[in-house]
Amino acid sequence: MSEPLEITESAVASAVDAALAAVDAANDIAELKAARSAHAAEHSTLARLNASLRSVPNEKKAALGKLVGQARGRVNQAFAAREVVLAEAENAKRLAEEAVDVTEVALPGHAGARHPLSLLQERIADIFVGMGWEVAEGPELESEWFNFDALNFDADHPARALQDTFFVEPPEAHLVLRTHTSPVQVRALLERELPVYVVAPGRVYRTDELDATHTPVFSQVEGIAVDKGLTMAHLRGTLEHFARAMFGDEAKIRLRPNYFPFTEPSAEMDVWHPGAKGGARWIEWGGCGMVNRNVLRSAGIDPDVYSGFAFGMGIERTLQFRNGLNDMRDMIEGDVRFSQQFGMVV
Amino acid sequence: MRIPLSWLAEYVDVAPGSTPEDVHAVLVKVGLEEEEIHRFDISGPVVVGEVLDFVEEPQKNGKTIRWCQVRVAPDGRTAADGGDAVHGIVCGAGNFFRGDKVVVTLPGSVLPGPFPIAARKTYGHLSDGMIASARELGLGDEHNGILRLAELGLDAEPGTDAIALLGLDDAAVEVNVTPDRGYALSIRGIAREYAHSTGAAFRDPASAVQPVDGEGFRVVIDDASPIRGRVGASVFVTRAVRGIDPNAPTPAWMIARLVLAGIRSISLIVDVTNYVMLELGQPIHAYDLSTLAGGITVRRATPGETLETLDGQTRTLDAEDLLITDDSGPIGLAGVMGGATTEVGDGTTDVLIEAANFDPVSIARTARRHKLPSEASRRFERGVDPDVARAAAARVVQLLEQLGGGRADGLGSTQHAAPQGEPIFLPHGYVTQLVGVEFTDDEVRSTLAEIGGTIEQTDAGLFVTPPSWRPDLGDKADLAEEVARIVGYERIPSVLPVAPSGRGLTRAQQLRRQAATALAASGLTEVLVYPFVTAVQNDLFGSPVDQRVPAVRLTNALDASVPFLRTSLLPGLIETAKRNLSRGLTDLALYEIGLVFRPEGEVRGTADLPAGAALPSPEQLAQLHDGIPPQPRMVGALFTGDVTPKQPGQPAVAAGIADALAAVRTLQTALGVPLTVRQGAHKALHPGRTAEVLLNGEVVGYAGELLPQVAEEADLPRVVGALEVDLDALIEAAGADIQVGGISTFPAATQDLSLVVDVSVPAAEVLSAVVDGAGALLENAHIVDDYRGQGVQEGSKSLTFALRFRASDRTLTAAEASEAKLAGAAVAHERFGATVRE
Repeated sequence: MSEPLEITESAVASAVDAALAAVDAANDIAELKAARSAHAAEHSTLARLNASLRSVPNEKKAALGKLVGQARGRVNQAFAAREVVLAEAENAKRLAEEAVDVTEVALPGHAGARHPLSLLQERIADIFVGMGWEVAEGPELESEWFNFDALNFDADHPARALQDTFFVEPPEAHLVLRTHTSPVQVRALLERELPVYVVAPGRVYRTDELDATHTPVFSQVEGIAVDKGLTMAHLRGTLEHFARAMFGDEAKIRLRPNYFPFTEPSAEMDVWHPGAKGGARWIEWGGCGMVNRNVLRSAGIDPDVYSGFAFGMGIERTLQFRNGLNDMRDMIEGDVRFSQQFGMVV
Repeated sequence: MRIPLSWLAEYVDVAPGSTPEDVHAVLVKVGLEEEEIHRFDISGPVVVGEVLDFVEEPQKNGKTIRWCQVRVAPDGRTAADGGDAVHGIVCGAGNFFRGDKVVVTLPGSVLPGPFPIAARKTYGHLSDGMIASARELGLGDEHNGILRLAELGLDAEPGTDAIALLGLDDAAVEVNVTPDRGYALSIRGIAREYAHSTGAAFRDPASAVQPVDGEGFRVVIDDASPIRGRVGASVFVTRAVRGIDPNAPTPAWMIARLVLAGIRSISLIVDVTNYVMLELGQPIHAYDLSTLAGGITVRRATPGETLETLDGQTRTLDAEDLLITDDSGPIGLAGVMGGATTEVGDGTTDVLIEAANFDPVSIARTARRHKLPSEASRRFERGVDPDVARAAAARVVQLLEQLGGGRADGLGSTQHAAPQGEPIFLPHGYVTQLVGVEFTDDEVRSTLAEIGGTIEQTDAGLFVTPPSWRPDLGDKADLAEEVARIVGYERIPSVLPVAPSGRGLTRAQQLRRQAATALAASGLTEVLVYPFVTAVQNDLFGSPVDQRVPAVRLTNALDASVPFLRTSLLPGLIETAKRNLSRGLTDLALYEIGLVFRPEGEVRGTADLPAGAALPSPEQLAQLHDGIPPQPRMVGALFTGDVTPKQPGQPAVAAGIADALAAVRTLQTALGVPLTVRQGAHKALHPGRTAEVLLNGEVVGYAGELLPQVAEEADLPRVVGALEVDLDALIEAAGADIQVGGISTFPAATQDLSLVVDVSVPAAEVLSAVVDGAGALLENAHIVDDYRGQGVQEGSKSLTFALRFRASDRTLTAAEASEAKLAGAAVAHERFGATVRE
């Protein structure tokens, strides 16, 4: 403990002046901290003057105590105020130093993408799921019975030869790469309780050489509904709902007579595409019809009790006219730039 | 089928002023698909010229040209091009005489090509037009010399419009005929459809001739083994025509129609048979009568028998082939192609005409077996009207008599055993029930009558016997389609059916999407690859160990170099990476979700397929299902180049095994499956950088880097991260209900633990030992360092783990945490001799 100091107004004033001068002189938190330890901490003059109050006679204690107390208060306030100013300045400086060019911040990894054909299949499935339909599936390497016989393609009918089928070895195994998603119709009818309302998107195969409008491996979506009392009017209603969900409220469907072994009556469907490149127009979209009575029989369903409709369309073709793609090869070559144009949305 | 419009108009009232486009629209409405429009593409002043005189002028190049004076307009008149009535024209051909009538294309005309004609200087003359050959006019292949009108039996005044004279102003519409409508492969059928579509009057060309039956020619139909119970020939009509002038030309109008229909003109006899086939849909064969030996027998071939067909090929016949034979042996492949020995030739004067009806199945099989699709077989396969054969034979006779000066002497034969059509019962109201349009009874009845049906009405409905040309009409739904399409599909209203409440996507379908989305969100790009690969690719990637991998082989691969279906997604991804690299895209993270084809041994399939139109027995269905090789859905990924590019302040991060393992983690999170990895081996992958991906102890895939040699052989960089896992297996394991405990909010105690173990011990196993030993207080543990070097004995490594402890009911003391940590270290010591490194 150091010697007590004599407490005088001038001694207190001079200590205060010195302390305030040091506060003003401090340019950063570290200097301020040093000033505090010199002028306000334990061994500072003010602290010693305060300690000296103990040896002051009682009658002077009140007056001198007030003098020293006020002086310490003033000094402490000055330190606190200065600390706020310096801290703010220091924070601002640091933030300025931390600034970056947001356009060149290094990012980890690359952006990925889904394939638009997958996304489009999912989108189509979702439209039907929203109508209460379910999504059915089947193998790509399929028995000829499911791909042809059950669908009313007679073994010797030219319609079967016109399918440009990929066959596999040995021929007596009667296995093919499915030429359409229609075999899923029969599978769904065999596996499920009636009534059945399902769509089946998936990959199909034909022996077409690859060019701007053909690919031997492509995808289709198939739909089939079998219930009591279904008519071609229900087919048209379903297709129009689907078309509007895909192409907007102005889309509509036109049916033209056609032939498919697995439907009777059969129709080719055109869609009025309001957003088509080059202006709204009719576009050939796919085939459809009322499920052939023999297909129902193949699944053990009495065609005089139940009726149904079915439809199918190419996903590549849909993507082509929907998104203005000219060359089908872009869809199948796996060039990452193609999928990346779409990102995760189609 | 191409339909010349002038021909169509002979048998139906085509609306006046109809363009080919109008005719297309009419036919599309009733179900014929629109194809192209065919024209001669010839225009301008093309006229008949008379060669008045010419001078032959030998040229230095060895050719001799003729400098001709050709009258192209009557004397004193102006020519069609505005020039003089006589034009000077240079002609390179030498096959004409003074006084010949020829076709002159005057300046301003345009020939197919397009080839515009102008006056031009050549061989020292101003050639003011061109004398045309048949080929230049689009009328045939003949180009050795110009076309002399006399060759076509034509004569006309100079200046006559040759385009109209030759029928070159006609056009043909082409429609695609669906395979059920054989009858529409004829002008007769198309005219009928045109009438159905418009209501215009139809005149049946089959009724325009009066059939006369010939007699005395012996025909025996002797089908010892009918296919599917149907005799090979149900109708066989022959007629002999003699004394045809071998030099009689095919008239220009017939040539023009044949050419527009897509058939080359060959000779009068052949042209007439083709013409009648196009007109009536009945394939006709003409035999040179002088080469026939005795009568005709129709029979099946004896295996090994041979026949030289018209195309000059000698064919070895199958027991199922239906043959036309005479005493010399086979003379034709019935309904497909005639034989060479009885072929009609340049000097033929006497012919025997055959108009027969053959079984569609027999013809289809023979045409396919011998790869011989012909105009005849195409029609027979689709069904020819059995009742048109006599009229067709009569029409051929008529044309050969008129155009060739021939004479039918009554020799011939007629056999007709085609079954009559069975009536189909159409219940009252059925068409409305199926189509959803309120058709009146009258509409139904009159439409079915219009298409040629014979109708008998009862209280319950109609009995409809289809016409002979509609074998495709087999049940009441077929009749409903006829009513709907002829009344018009535009009448069908739009009604949205209400499906019963669905269950949404299955969990597997949802999770598949989730996996695909998660991979794309983590920076991978989805690609869809053809599943065609080589045997080498399948053997390399289809199994981790050295063995032949069973695979499915295509019978008719488009690209013979890749005849197998893939057993792994990686070969396709490698090819895709290669293609991207060749386009300068070097940083790649690709993935595919798709099926692979993995037969278990031999590809079995099902030898005897059940019939259609009936539910197979449970055993048959089981056989069908069992015969189809498993096709698991895999997810594959490939990484090369930089996964993170070089950027300011950050170096590039190269792709490798880490990306493959990160994708495993992505799948694990996306699917909620407990995947683990351990050191593994796969012959296509780097021996030191291969992880087996395990699901509940079973290997479900591999993650790692390609064997550098494999990458190099594929022209890829040395380091390629690769992943392939069985997505089906993952999804099957997903979906277990997750049971969770409460989350403790007491403070955590964190400590590090360094353990020294032999370098061969996998870090994950040491970590697992620590976790097992530390007990319930350990909340989280992960490896933060693998140190080797100073302070650690050679052959050992120091693994540092960051441990986080927490109790559920109190604040842990440091001593409790340390105790748990040491318990973990103790188990690691027990299992691997691990020692704590202070």
